[in-house]
Amino acid sequence: MNKKILFIVVVLIFSKINAIQDFDAQKEIIQLDSLRRLDEVIISTRKKTISKSYLQSQNIINISSEELLKAACCNISESFDTNPSIDVNFSDGLTGNKQISMLGLKSPYILITQENIPSLRGGSQTFGLTYIPGTWVESMQVTKGMGTVINGYQSMAGHINVELKKPLNVDPFFLNIYRNVDGKNELNFHFKKKVNKRLYSSLFLHGNNRIKKIDKNSDNFLDVPLTNQVNFINRWQYIDLKNGWISFLNIHGLTDEKILGNINYIPDRDFKSNKVWGSQIKTNRVEVSFKLGYVFPDTFYNSFGFQISKSIHDQKSNYGLRVYDINHESNYGSFIYNSIISNTMNKFKVGIDFSYDNYRENVDVFSFIRDDKSIGAFFEYSLDYFEKLSLTAGIRLDKHNRLNTFITPRFHFRYSLWNNSSIKASIGTGRKAANIFAENQNLFGTNRLIQIQKNGGSIYDLKPEIAVNYGFSFLQGFSAFNRQGSFSIDYYKTKFINQVVVDWENPQSIVFYNLNGESFSKSLLFEIDYSPFNNFDIKLALKEQIIETDYQSGKLQKPLTPKNRFFVSISYLDYKKNTDVDNWKFNSTLQGIGKQRIPVNYNQPNGSFSREYFLLNFQLTKVFSDKLEVYSGVENFGNYTQFNPIIASNQPFSRNFDSSIIYAPVNGRMIYAGLRFNLTN
Amino acid sequence: MKNIVVLLLFLSLNLFAQKKQIIRDSFNVKGVCIMCKNRIEKSVFKLKGVKYANWNIISQNLSIIFDSNKISLDRIHKEIAVLGHDTSIKRALDEVYHNLPDCCLYERNNKDYLDR
Repeated sequence: MNKKILFIVVVLIFSKINAIQDFDAQKEIIQLDSLRRLDEVIISTRKKTISKSYLQSQNIINISSEELLKAACCNISESFDTNPSIDVNFSDGLTGNKQISMLGLKSPYILITQENIPSLRGGSQTFGLTYIPGTWVESMQVTKGMGTVINGYQSMAGHINVELKKPLNVDPFFLNIYRNVDGKNELNFHFKKKVNKRLYSSLFLHGNNRIKKIDKNSDNFLDVPLTNQVNFINRWQYIDLKNGWISFLNIHGLTDEKILGNINYIPDRDFKSNKVWGSQIKTNRVEVSFKLGYVFPDTFYNSFGFQISKSIHDQKSNYGLRVYDINHESNYGSFIYNSIISNTMNKFKVGIDFSYDNYRENVDVFSFIRDDKSIGAFFEYSLDYFEKLSLTAGIRLDKHNRLNTFITPRFHFRYSLWNNSSIKASIGTGRKAANIFAENQNLFGTNRLIQIQKNGGSIYDLKPEIAVNYGFSFLQGFSAFNRQGSFSIDYYKTKFINQVVVDWENPQSIVFYNLNGESFSKSLLFEIDYSPFNNFDIKLALKEQIIETDYQSGKLQKPLTPKNRFFVSISYLDYKKNTDVDNWKFNSTLQGIGKQRIPVNYNQPNGSFSREYFLLNFQLTKVFSDKLEVYSGVENFGNYTQFNPIIASNQPFSRNFDSSIIYAPVNGRMIYAGLRFNLTN
Repeated sequence: MKNIVVLLLFLSLNLFAQKKQIIRDSFNVKGVCIMCKNRIEKSVFKLKGVKYANWNIISQNLSIIFDSNKISLDRIHKEIAVLGHDTSIKRALDEVYHNLPDCCLYERNNKDYLDR
């Protein structure tokens, strides 16, 4: 009997061992299989530089680095000039700074993440886009509407994620030189080092400056500021595909200085003098982030990711006699687990995140100190039923020391009626604490009195902002005269349940108060893409936005925001088959910007509307080889500028002085040229 | 008594083994177009225990991940063949094959099967 047991046990053990051996053998087969796959023939067509997905449930526009090259200067704020979904406006008449908006709402209502870590918030809200040079960017994903719950509860009008170039994929050396006729110089260096087959490092250096003073409209104020920026990012990437590990360490630092105001302003001499109005903005920023991801090698659909980041942002600035300093220390961390429910058609993501922000601000003679702490948990389910249907349903629960405890639901749905089409719908909520000064820094370029109508809220005595956003989009691909094209209609509405209203309606003051009544933004976008012949793409877009808020003086259309816009862009590649490189590239964008409501001001005591105007940009690139290309272009070819951009520029210390009423470019036609050189692997 | 012990031991080992046995495999499945891709993948996803299925039009290869304690590889082959698509080891019935949608009517090489 004992022998029998022994026998059975031995047999069982052997069968186990065999199973394990079988398993090992299988592993080898899989590895061989994946090696063999490398030999597969890759059939490629020219990819669209801006693409919309027919299959994703969210309305995401993917922007590649090729598309970014169409606006060769300088950082990501310019790169949206070629994208009809995003509006780019000057934020004021002094800093030359551009602010983006989506669905009619300005950037504070857009969540901007760098590789899925929230960045450009708080202290970096106003100038943050200029801290990411265009050459660093690998791709961007623009989500219209609420986006996903995974990146937080903040986004209301959209989510822009910026993916930087990865150390593994970048060329060993890259150089970019840029110069424009207005005296702006830019220099970009990229280096890469392969430490071993699993560890790669890259160093990107960026510098830009302008020392030439430009005052074309002779109002004695600089049309564009004098600048000086040194910026770097050092990245380390560890990758072990066999065992499924991937990790990044990023160290990003920059120092930025701007001098603006009167052309005769010398910061050291005229600091806080009431003779010459000028401004100096000095920013230092450092950010360190770490990411770790693990993909289970046998079941790739199981994975987890961990990320943590810390940034210190320090801005010191004076605007004439006014002061604005902000020191923002931010900590963020998240952990996410991805897996499936029964099969890969049903995926889920679950995780937690936290943030801890410390703000210290000096606003004229006042100081504000504040800590924001939040911790949240999220769950998102997604279903992909082939081409027919997909949906994403997410929910998160957050506990915040100022926004209390709240739930954020977000839902995205896509259905394909027939071939090459998709209908998408989304609904969700978002909320945020309004950093009223950091988000409206252009108020310091005025002598308006700041008024906060306190109502016992927890952020500057104001209540947090809450919005519901919903929208629909329809995308249809078509083929006409044997050529491919697509058209789409997007409609989105953002409705504020509570908002911190920024009221510019009285020319002598700026008033912040919580919404009493209604505030909404409706946006309708119609877009056609078509390539009438080989390597030639054309895009037409029409946009209508109605943004209305109940101000204390009554319901008004949002000031300085056009109701209508149109957009035509063409791009052409002259591609010679025998050379393997594109020889010439041409692209041009024409924008029509509709009437904008100008609030009551010293020059226009009854308020008025701006005139419609056009902006035409074009750029030509000559590709000599895969190593060298040279480009040149013109922005604002029609030389359209705003007459008298700075109100009361001759009496800058009076109450009437105001540089915030900007509806058209301050600077006229601008010609630039540059080159890109890289060493390939 | 000892028999019971043996049986229990056997069962417990078996139970242990039954936890999860994730297997990756890939094999040839005949098809033509995106419609076939949907047909093949849908039929496989329907089966309990199949975690992942992806059919590549160019290579005609179906990659799958499944739990072998819930479903056998043989059963997966059979399910695809029932639909009309020949796999590397299961041939679809002629009448099913002829009833395939036009776009999925792949070329059949009878020789492949005569060898077996």
